[in-house]
Amino acid sequence: MTRVSSAEKIAAARAAGRPALIGYLPAGFPDVPTSIEAAVALAENGVDIIEIGIPYSDPVMDGEVIQQATTAALAGGFKVNQVFEIVRGITERTDAAVMVMTYWNPVLRMGVDEFSRRFAEAGGAGLITPDLVPDEADEWLAASEKYDLERVFLIAPSSSPERVARTVEASSGFIYCVSLMGVTGARSEVSAAAQSVVDAAHAAGAQNACVGLGVSRREHVEQIGSYADGVIVGTALVAALRDGGVPAVGALAAELSGRA
Amino acid sequence: MSSDENSLKHASGPYFGQFGGRWMPESLMAAMDELNDTFEKAKADPDFIAEIRELNANYSGRPSLLTEAKRFSELACGGVRVFLKREDLNHTGSHKINNVLGQALLAKRMGKTRIIAETGAGQHGVASATAAALMGLECVVYMGAEDTRRQALNVARMQLLGATVIPVTVGSQTLKDAINEALRDWVANVENTHYLLGTAAGGHPFPAMVRYFHEVIGEEAREQILAQTGRLPDAVTACIGGGSNAIGIFHGFLDDPEVELYGFEAGGDGVDTDRHAATITLGRPGVLHGAKSYLMQDEDGQTIESHSISAGLDYPGVGPEHAHLAEIGRVNYEPITDTEAMDAFKLLCRTEGILPAIESSHALAGTIKVAQRKLAAGADPAQTIIIANLSGRGDKDVGTAAAWFNLIDEQTAAKEQ
Repeated sequence: MTRVSSAEKIAAARAAGRPALIGYLPAGFPDVPTSIEAAVALAENGVDIIEIGIPYSDPVMDGEVIQQATTAALAGGFKVNQVFEIVRGITERTDAAVMVMTYWNPVLRMGVDEFSRRFAEAGGAGLITPDLVPDEADEWLAASEKYDLERVFLIAPSSSPERVARTVEASSGFIYCVSLMGVTGARSEVSAAAQSVVDAAHAAGAQNACVGLGVSRREHVEQIGSYADGVIVGTALVAALRDGGVPAVGALAAELSGRA
Repeated sequence: MSSDENSLKHASGPYFGQFGGRWMPESLMAAMDELNDTFEKAKADPDFIAEIRELNANYSGRPSLLTEAKRFSELACGGVRVFLKREDLNHTGSHKINNVLGQALLAKRMGKTRIIAETGAGQHGVASATAAALMGLECVVYMGAEDTRRQALNVARMQLLGATVIPVTVGSQTLKDAINEALRDWVANVENTHYLLGTAAGGHPFPAMVRYFHEVIGEEAREQILAQTGRLPDAVTACIGGGSNAIGIFHGFLDDPEVELYGFEAGGDGVDTDRHAATITLGRPGVLHGAKSYLMQDEDGQTIESHSISAGLDYPGVGPEHAHLAEIGRVNYEPITDTEAMDAFKLLCRTEGILPAIESSHALAGTIKVAQRKLAAGADPAQTIIIANLSGRGDKDVGTAAAWFNLIDEQTAAKEQ
């Protein structure tokens, strides 16, 4: 098993003259084996970086579609340590970089060091942390250095220049640019704020600035790809998995990546 | 008195020992910074302080009384003198008004035109709707769907005051899920919206700020007990959900080491069952809703649903300052079961003609226990003084209590509510 970093995947996409495509799916939805199959389908259809979300009881940054999926996963008995099995299942079968998106309490509960060690052993590239800001991340900074994991923090349209600078400095792999003030969910148009968030990240020295929230169509990918280094799609893929299973996820990924 | 260095009463955050902080999305950081700046400036502004005093005196009805509960003392506490801090007499019927008036003023200072709030029992929702009406702000209240059923009269009360009440149907449909929905709303509308958090929890500056607006409870109680008895009490008791009424009254006595402080959590069916809300007694440190504190959680860090007959205490977290005060041993936190609370509820009704909130009844039940321990340790009851924070009145709880005591059948209770 080789560990592939998100930075490597973004660099490869850049070399090919396109933005990296990042696809989100929740762990254990609708069940553990299917979540692995769905992630593999992403990788086989042009997704460079796979973002696996850990279902959590209090997902304050998530809209209805993702909330329903993660609630269903928890109701189905999902346990946090199964995320390692899922990450391993994906990294063994694809060359995608595998990130985990997690609210922080499940990591704290297991222990930041233990979680990081097991995640790295499973082939994971890094963590995306929607409710952890660098101000509170000392333990994670230490563990990510120790196990060579990427730290993806978020910046938002509301972030001050000082906070953007601080967050860019603390991040590695890429920086997650929240396109709008709101929670996850597909929107018909990409927020006009997205480009200024990316510009702020680049101006603060970020090499890789990727845009997420509200992205659901190929035209969004093209539009964002003109100024960002990567594009993150979540809710639309989760809805596809819910409604049409693994084949629908593969088909949507192919469309988003321009292969279809 | 302790030296300033060791003073506990003005802990400013963001950290209280290992607890507190700001464990929340970056999208909200700018709003938290703005709130913190506005709060710090307001605290130092004589105009703001005068405005709060004026509202407290001429709108809320402060100072609230300190009433000696002589028959309750005699019949339930073996003669130990019990004084009730009468937050139930405030406008809107609980301590909650202290905090909402302060935060609504801050919202106006920030130029925000809309406030959102979460509510469990409905007390904070009613108080928020009241402050919004008074100050001409739009108000949206998130309330767990289960709580809207338990507290239907309070829903109507909020609507009468002009607020929009949104029932929350996700998760356990109680207070924690109402907070989640309020946070989602806030992220999307932060430009014109202030999140008027109702308890001393959440990310910095909420715990220190909510305490600040409730400090008046402890300051008044301290002056009143000195005036009425010539000395400080032996113990002060309060109920704890998130912990705002408790931190408010404790504030007056935190730097008096001879005064024992007790926080009574909701023990539900008992802490040996899985139906309770005894966060400090049985929880573990974790992060929820912006702060590191004790938390009811499973081995995966998932929040466990709490249970209590009292909607206002039915919360699986607790304010970070309480977590710290527990850890350093300054305050004792203990669970009170539903049955103990309801027995105390009935006792106060019958002995004093005061109908307490079920939340506050946890403090009364705890007071009885503390008094009995004092007596068992040989204390002279006439020389022993306990102040219990009667944080709210029980009018809202009449349906629940009537069903509990089999005064009406459940169908009628549901209709009454």
